[in-house]
Amino acid sequence: MTQLLIEAGRTEHQYWRDLWRYRELFYFLSWRDLLVRYKQTVVGVGWSVIRPLLTMLVLTVVFGKLGRMPSGGHPYPLMVFCGMLPWQFFSTAISESGNSLVSNSNLISKVYFPRLVITASSVITSFVDFLISAVFLVALMFWYRYVPPLNVSLLPFFVLLVFGASLGVGLWISALMVEYRDFRFIVPFIVQFGLYISPVGFQSGVVPARYRLLFSLNPMVGIIDGFRWCILGGPSNIYWPAFALAVIDVFVLVASGIWYFRKTEQTFADVI
Amino acid sequence: MFDAPVAITIENLGKQYTLGHQRDRSDGMRHAIEGAIRAPIAWLRSRRQQKLQRADFWALKDVSLEIKRGEVVGIIGRNGAGKSTLLKLLSRITVPTQGRIRIDGRVGCLLEVGTGFHMELTGRENIFLNGAILGMSHSEIVRKFDEIVAFSEIEEFLDTPVKRYSTGMFVRLAFAVAAHLDPEILIVDEVLAVGDAAFQKKCLGKMGSFAQTGRTVLFVSHNLDAVRNLCRRAVWLKRGRLHQDGEVAEIVEAYVENISSERAFSYTNADYGLVIQSVVLKNGRGEQTSQFFPGDNLVVEISYHAEKRIEKPILALGVLGVNGPCFTSNMLLDGHRPNRLEGSGQITCTFKSIPLLPQNYTLKLIVRTANVKDLIIPYQDVAYFSVVGDLAEYGYKGDFVTYAQHSTPVVVPYEWRLPDGCTVAVALTRPEAAGVGSRRVRDHL
Repeated sequence: MTQLLIEAGRTEHQYWRDLWRYRELFYFLSWRDLLVRYKQTVVGVGWSVIRPLLTMLVLTVVFGKLGRMPSGGHPYPLMVFCGMLPWQFFSTAISESGNSLVSNSNLISKVYFPRLVITASSVITSFVDFLISAVFLVALMFWYRYVPPLNVSLLPFFVLLVFGASLGVGLWISALMVEYRDFRFIVPFIVQFGLYISPVGFQSGVVPARYRLLFSLNPMVGIIDGFRWCILGGPSNIYWPAFALAVIDVFVLVASGIWYFRKTEQTFADVI
Repeated sequence: MFDAPVAITIENLGKQYTLGHQRDRSDGMRHAIEGAIRAPIAWLRSRRQQKLQRADFWALKDVSLEIKRGEVVGIIGRNGAGKSTLLKLLSRITVPTQGRIRIDGRVGCLLEVGTGFHMELTGRENIFLNGAILGMSHSEIVRKFDEIVAFSEIEEFLDTPVKRYSTGMFVRLAFAVAAHLDPEILIVDEVLAVGDAAFQKKCLGKMGSFAQTGRTVLFVSHNLDAVRNLCRRAVWLKRGRLHQDGEVAEIVEAYVENISSERAFSYTNADYGLVIQSVVLKNGRGEQTSQFFPGDNLVVEISYHAEKRIEKPILALGVLGVNGPCFTSNMLLDGHRPNRLEGSGQITCTFKSIPLLPQNYTLKLIVRTANVKDLIIPYQDVAYFSVVGDLAEYGYKGDFVTYAQHSTPVVVPYEWRLPDGCTVAVALTRPEAAGVGSRRVRDHL
């Protein structure tokens, strides 16, 4: 028989056990979002390929052709796509998960389950798009008859890193959004702004050396560089301080995100 | 009264909502940022001010309760009495401000039918989604899938998006999922408000069978008949506090007496010296009530005190349903009037065997002077009542879950003569065999 003690002013120690008990809900909520997302659309899942494809073309034309930025000896589209893969995941994940609590407010005010599930599963949903785009990247590599170096075996680590960054930021934004709807306007701004302060359309190498460390405070810098390093290889792509900063950033983001989320979670139903 | 082990212990439970906080929030983040910047300077001052300014509101205060395993407890009280807050605390949707709750056993909550349903998904998909949200595992849902579908009676529409469902189908499916949650402690809030009597009966039956297998049920409802039938014990919450706790019949009776006296209409017109002291509704058996069955008599008793003599006043009563007027008794039309009102007295109007569908109704009253033009009492609501009952017992066979609420409420007895020679008569007159309505519901549990 399960026993439960609810007491004022004490965070429940059952929380993590509950999270485990509701583990299937991660799957079901992501599955729901995926099913619903492309209902009544003509192109359907094709959208998760078309979006990055078009962005890739635009960035290639703007930075590669017009800006004449270096591509490190690789086809520019391929170089751009390696950066876009984690960036698209991060940006859709934080937009989706930021809104996730508010758009599920009917659930929050009517049923109990660890609210973390909602935010996390919207990150998972974005991750599925990431996987589809990754398949497209493989196709692109075939097109350019490109064989990735052995570094590619370390890619899962960077995938984990970008997942952590998305989850950490997503937790912060979704919890803040419950009380401050201002974030509805802030998030698109972060996404738009972030595209320029992250090396998506260009290589980190073009940033002047004295700004490099400042530039690297953005965790996406280390992550995107890492993706390029794994897929394209070459010592020019990895900048160790940026990588170390990214690992620290992600760790701090996830830990503080969970802390803030847990702190505010109990009042979600009252505030939302 | 039971020797069973305790399922729920509530000690000194309280939940406070800060109303002032809400005002802050409308300013959004600007306010918070501003506050953070000014904080070091104004910290002390604002702390002192906050204590004064904030309107703290205790939705629930000092509630202590002990519920034993296998008990079926009804929670009654007026809107805002703290019933829903109590259920939200028990179901962990929100956390208490003070006190503690100890729960032994898996809790299943039915705070609203259809929570977590997604309109774009099919019935089949929604069963899985909703089941998971309510806390069922995948294998559990698979195991109970057929049972759920059978209970909801929507086999043919399993693969249709629920946005194309009728309200009735939607509600049936939603309840079916929740009803198969199979918890040790079931918490139910007002879910029965949605369907019609037949559906309610099915839900009550399901809840009754829960109780019979020794599981604990907490039930909140405005439907006092349902509470009386289902529960053995009732808890009456009043303004966030536990007002009375005890045997169901006793508590419900005290509660009904209390609301009818608190809600009672009265009106004074000093110019004419007329006081309407009360307007009381009774059924054909002379019992004061606000719930009638189709075909019942509706007796309206108006008690007045006239300080000055009023010659030949003109009264009119009107019954209005959700969609508009149903019928009236109007002295302007029928021409019968009291010769005079003087001192204290009563005027009674009996509407015989009201042919009304189960809905909520309003009774309105207007009193004019003999010259018709001047109003002594302007047209206004004087009482509210609801018609309840199972249309199936009146020979109805249709989908009244969906349609009764939208139908015109008055049903004049009618007869269909169909091409195959069949004649079918439909009437909302009380079935002879049936006794008191409440007893009928119990038979089906």
